[in-house]
Amino acid sequence: MKKSGFGRVKFIVGGLLILAAVIYLIASSTQANAEYFMTVDELRAKGSSVIGRDLRVSGAVIGSTIQYDPQTLDLSFEVANVPGDNKEIDAQGGLAAVLHQAVIDPNRAHLKVIYNGPKPDLLRDEAQAIMTGHLGEDGIFHVDELLLKCPTKYEEAVPQQVNGG
Amino acid sequence: MIADFGYGVIVVTFLLALFSVGAAVYGALAKSYRWAESARRAMLLTFPLVTIASFTLIYLLATGHYELEYVYSVTSNSMPMYLKITALWGGQAGSLLFWSWLMSAFASAVTLRKWERDREFLPWVIVVSSVTLAFFLALTIFFEDPFARWWQTASGEVAAMFRPAGAVPLMPSDGQGLNPLLRHPGMIIHPPMLYLGFVSFVIPYAFAMAALITGRTDDRWIRITRRWTLVAWLFLSLGLVLGARWAYDVLGWGGYWGWDPVEIAAFMPWLTGTAFLHSVMIQEKRGMLKQWNMLLIILTYDLVIFGTFLTRSGVLSSVHAFAQSAIGPLFFAFIGLTLVSSVSLLVYRWNDLKAEVEMKSMLSREALFLLNNLLFMGVLIVCFWGVIFPLISELVTNQKVTVGPPFYERATAPLFGALMLLMGIAPLSAWGHSTFKTLGRAVWKPALVAALVVVAIFVAGIHNAVALIGFGLVALVIFVTLYEFWRGAMARHRRTGENFVTALWRLAGRNRRRYGGYLIHISMVLMAIGILGMQVFQTETQGTIPQGGSLALAGYTVTFDSVAQFDTAGGRNVTRAVVSVYKGDQYLGDFHPRRDYYYESGQPMTIPGVRSTLADDLYVILVDWQPISAIGATFKVYHNSLVNWLWIGSLVFIFGTLVAAWPEKVTSGG
Repeated sequence: MKKSGFGRVKFIVGGLLILAAVIYLIASSTQANAEYFMTVDELRAKGSSVIGRDLRVSGAVIGSTIQYDPQTLDLSFEVANVPGDNKEIDAQGGLAAVLHQAVIDPNRAHLKVIYNGPKPDLLRDEAQAIMTGHLGEDGIFHVDELLLKCPTKYEEAVPQQVNGG
Repeated sequence: MIADFGYGVIVVTFLLALFSVGAAVYGALAKSYRWAESARRAMLLTFPLVTIASFTLIYLLATGHYELEYVYSVTSNSMPMYLKITALWGGQAGSLLFWSWLMSAFASAVTLRKWERDREFLPWVIVVSSVTLAFFLALTIFFEDPFARWWQTASGEVAAMFRPAGAVPLMPSDGQGLNPLLRHPGMIIHPPMLYLGFVSFVIPYAFAMAALITGRTDDRWIRITRRWTLVAWLFLSLGLVLGARWAYDVLGWGGYWGWDPVEIAAFMPWLTGTAFLHSVMIQEKRGMLKQWNMLLIILTYDLVIFGTFLTRSGVLSSVHAFAQSAIGPLFFAFIGLTLVSSVSLLVYRWNDLKAEVEMKSMLSREALFLLNNLLFMGVLIVCFWGVIFPLISELVTNQKVTVGPPFYERATAPLFGALMLLMGIAPLSAWGHSTFKTLGRAVWKPALVAALVVVAIFVAGIHNAVALIGFGLVALVIFVTLYEFWRGAMARHRRTGENFVTALWRLAGRNRRRYGGYLIHISMVLMAIGILGMQVFQTETQGTIPQGGSLALAGYTVTFDSVAQFDTAGGRNVTRAVVSVYKGDQYLGDFHPRRDYYYESGQPMTIPGVRSTLADDLYVILVDWQPISAIGATFKVYHNSLVNWLWIGSLVFIFGTLVAAWPEKVTSGG
């Protein structure tokens, strides 16, 4: 009886060790790889404390600042702050209106970003850029992954041809 | 009219499924054979009915009835007929109907089996199948109706089944068409495979519940569903592999698996299902882990429902869309309800499910199987955490955060490594009792050969730690498995005097489950070779080159010859580049990476030019081009080492699973 009691303890300890290992793996990997979503304003507010961390920043593309060298694939542009919360965006009249406001408002915070890679077709004035990367010492956002959304592309599709009957 | 007919058939089937639930419960409780039989007949009738509804929808899809919202959203005039038909599962509403179709087919197949010895299970298996079927039919009827039509109202266009007040029907002359990314042979069979896997896991769950309700908690339910479970697992695995292959062929990012939440949603039931396949063997052989097996099949069932929801609803593009979709809360309610009731039943029968013998040795076969299960659960927890962490973080700290592939890779790699180590050791350990000494005696020979392989790889110039450990484990599993085949065949050869090949053949034939399982182990490590190759050795380069210019990567040279743009059938504009590829000075041939632009949906699709060998793939993507200027075109080139082993492993995997699932020649009463 005693022996089987010991056997049970052995298995419980073994199970707990595995659980601890899994928790450690999750915690340390989350710590090392979590990507924080931020708006341009939040990024400005945090400043140097987030330099080098993985971030995901969204902003409105300022068309006049887009510069692209097709030889080196160096791409740079500026984005203006847009709210990060969908409810807030809806309250301000939808994504298209929010992006338009952000671009024409001269008082908005701007963020300069650089990226190396082919220029996406959707990169244009008043597009929403969702950028994964990190803030450099130079205050420029270095983008590893660039996603673009144009509000018109995401409108609910309804049929065009109407043939009332 | 036809749409009304289809909708009516679904409503009738739904009522029939509800009737069969009621009749089966009454039949079981009142011990009335007539009511149970009535439930069975109702269940059998659902299959032809859902078949009629599905064919109705297929007919509407094939004949371009764009006044239906679903038909409008997934088909168009320019699509070929086979795509119009397979658009049945091209969108959410259709795939829910498809799910119901498969569910009714499997439930009918099960109710047709011989039930003499298992009479008491029948009504409860019908209850679980019919409740699941009724749930999916209800979603189709009330929320995601594939037969809903377009109407023009004063305030705009709406989709509804019945005419809103003052509305006139809309009759579009063409549809939007299926998302071009989905117009790929891999994508046409990938969803049905995944769904076959999902739905067939409902059957073992139904039997598990029947066992809990009736109190017949021996391993009978496991023996009945063993083959079902293997086939379900085969389909689910095929679905995952086909999805990976599709991503590699058409998504144009040089990879095959992105730890996307949708992928993870399909991967999670695979993890619990794989753990279940292993641990049921312990229950059959040793009468242990009964409660655990119940828990695993309950989890698998609910992860299947969860996976169906996530893979098709599209909610994952934004977690906030949950609130906007009416079917989200319903899915969660259904999952919650089934989870709570199943676990309550399990707790109720907890004492009946006590192990018959106690696990003694930490190195016994059953202990290593348990460890294998815990590791699979570990991977599951990592995946689950990755999916829900953004939600938790936002709720608790109001900080939006996400985790990407590096999180999953880092957290799961040690667990997968440990699983491979177990694959190497467990087949050599003994049931009941094993010590370091006995196990060491069996393992040292293959382990030594594996160590020599690691040394050889190191000497050959590969010093990456992950690669060395990974390939060492691959070698260990391969040698142990071959050693097992050899040992078994030699023993038979000595005993029966058959020649070695005959002995090997008969050995595997008599013990299909075991040797099929070993083949699956081999297939897994072959896949691991491909995954390691991609993870550790993948390199890439990109650049804009003029005509005649070149890009160099890993000893290959890619020279840009020309680019042409033209329209083709199916409403596509194709931009196709010609590049010639050299390895050193040797000319390997022309690649044709291209970009197809679909006019009606406005979506591009990138198709790489690939040269595939056992050692590596060269994968060239056309990214951008300037037709007139002298700048030329932009290419991205990947060098994907060993990736072919992933697909070769998949083929071995199918073979191994078929061997394991093939009915034994001699059927003992078991």
